[in-house]
Amino acid sequence: MADTILRVNDIHKSFDGTGVLRGVSLEIREGEVVVIVGPSGCGKSTLLRCINGLEAIDKGEIWLRNEKISGRTKDLHLVRQKIGMVFQSYDLFPHMKVMDNLLLGPTKALGKPKQEVEQEAMQMLERVGLKEKAHVYPRTLSGGQKQRVALVRAMLMHPEIMLLDEITAALDPEMVSEVLNVVIDLARGGMTMAIVTHEMRFAEAVADRVLFLEEGVVLEEGTPEKFFHAPTTERARRFLQSFTYASKRDKAEVQPKNNFGD
Amino acid sequence: MDWTFIASHVWDYVGGAWVTLRFGLYGVLCSLALGMLCCLARYFRVPVFRQLAVGYIELARNTPLLVQLFFLYAGLPRVGIKFSAEACAVIGLTFLGGAYMAEAFRSGLEAVDKAQVEAGACIGLTRRQNIRYVIFPQALATAVPALFANVIFLIKETSVFSVLAMMDLMNVADTLRTSGGRTVEVLFMLVMAYLIILLPVSVIATMVERRLRYAGFGDQHSV
Repeated sequence: MADTILRVNDIHKSFDGTGVLRGVSLEIREGEVVVIVGPSGCGKSTLLRCINGLEAIDKGEIWLRNEKISGRTKDLHLVRQKIGMVFQSYDLFPHMKVMDNLLLGPTKALGKPKQEVEQEAMQMLERVGLKEKAHVYPRTLSGGQKQRVALVRAMLMHPEIMLLDEITAALDPEMVSEVLNVVIDLARGGMTMAIVTHEMRFAEAVADRVLFLEEGVVLEEGTPEKFFHAPTTERARRFLQSFTYASKRDKAEVQPKNNFGD
Repeated sequence: MDWTFIASHVWDYVGGAWVTLRFGLYGVLCSLALGMLCCLARYFRVPVFRQLAVGYIELARNTPLLVQLFFLYAGLPRVGIKFSAEACAVIGLTFLGGAYMAEAFRSGLEAVDKAQVEAGACIGLTRRQNIRYVIFPQALATAVPALFANVIFLIKETSVFSVLAMMDLMNVADTLRTSGGRTVEVLFMLVMAYLIILLPVSVIATMVERRLRYAGFGDQHSV
C-alpha cells in the first residue's frame, strides 16, 4: 500500500464564532486523487486553505508525510514549497511574463539554477499546449490559458500534493475542458491531489475517492461510482439532484399572449 | 510686452530657476526616502515607529509649509537650534513631502490584491521574497501617478522659500517687480519659468505610467 502523504486529523476552524470546519478528518495516499464536493459554504475551500496554512486551524492536526505542519508560524514557506495550490482566479503575477511567473518559485524559493528550470518549464508549457506563450504577459492570455499556466507554475515546484480550489469556476464553458484535461493528465502521471470542484462529471472522471462535505463535516465518503450513483445520505442525493433540472417546460403547450395567468 | 526688459533679465530667472530646481529636487529625494520609511514602518507594523509615522503624517499634512518653515527658521533658533536658510528649505520641504509620499506608497501597497500575496506565498516564497518580487513591483506601479503628482506639488511649493530670503524664482520675480514696476513682464516670465520646469515632469510622468500599463497591468480587463 502506498504511503500516506497527507493526514488531516479532526480539524476545526471558525470565523467570528461560526464553525466552518467542525471536525474534518482525511487521509490521502501517494498518487491518490480525492475530490471534495458539497454545497457552497460547506467549508471545502477553507479545508484546502487550512492545509497549506493560509488559514490557521483552531483545533486538530495536519501532517504532511511524517511532519506535523499545523500550528506552526515559522518557516511556513518550507511547508508551502511542498504543497502546490491553484485558485479559481489564477492569480498569475501580472507584472511578469509567463516564463518569469514560472521561474520565480523554483529559482528564488528553491534556489535552483535558472537554466535548468527554464528548460523544464518549456517542456511543461509544451505539454499543456502553451509553448509559444512563454514570453507574453498574462493579460494577453485567455482564462483557460492562464489557468494552465497557473497549474504549470505550481507543478514546477514538484510538490508532494496539489490542492486545486475550484479552478474552473471562473472559466467560460468551452475553456473548462482544456484545463481539466491537464488535471487528468497530471493524475495519470501519479500526482497526488485534493480537488474542490463543482464539475460533477469531471469529479467522477478523475477521482479515486469522493468526499461530500456539508456544514463543516464529512457526511459521506466513497468511490465515485458509489457516491454519484448510489449515495447513502439523503443530503447527498439532494445535492446531486441540484445539478439536474427538476421541471421542464412543455413546449407543446402554447400560452396565449399577454396572459399572466389570470 | 517689453521684450528688451525680458531679454535683459532672463539670466536672473535662470538663477532663480536653478535655486528652485536644486532645492526642490533635494526635497523631493529626501521626501521619497522619508515617505518610504514611514510607509514601511506602517506596513510591517513596527511598534512605536508605526505610531510615530501616523502622528508625523497627520501633523505634516495638516499644517501649511509656510508655518513649518517659520517654525524651523524663526522658532527653533529660540531654543538654540539654528539651521541655514538652505537647510531649513530642504528640511521643511522634506517634512511636508515625506507625509505625502508615505501616503502615496501606502495607497500602492493597499491596492495589491490579497490573492497576489497568497499566490506568492503558495509558491513557497518567504515573506521577504514575496514583498520584493510580487508585492512591491505592483505597489510601486500603482503608486506612480500619485508619486509624480507629489513631485510636481513639492516643486511648486518651493515658491514659499522666498520667506527664507532664498533667491528662488518667486523671490527673483518679486524683487524685480517691486524695484522696476514691470508687473506684466515679470509675472509672464515667472509663469513661463515654472512651466518650463514642470511640463517635462508631467510628460515623463505620463510616459512612465503608460509604460507600466503596457508592462502587463490592467490584468482584470482581459479574460
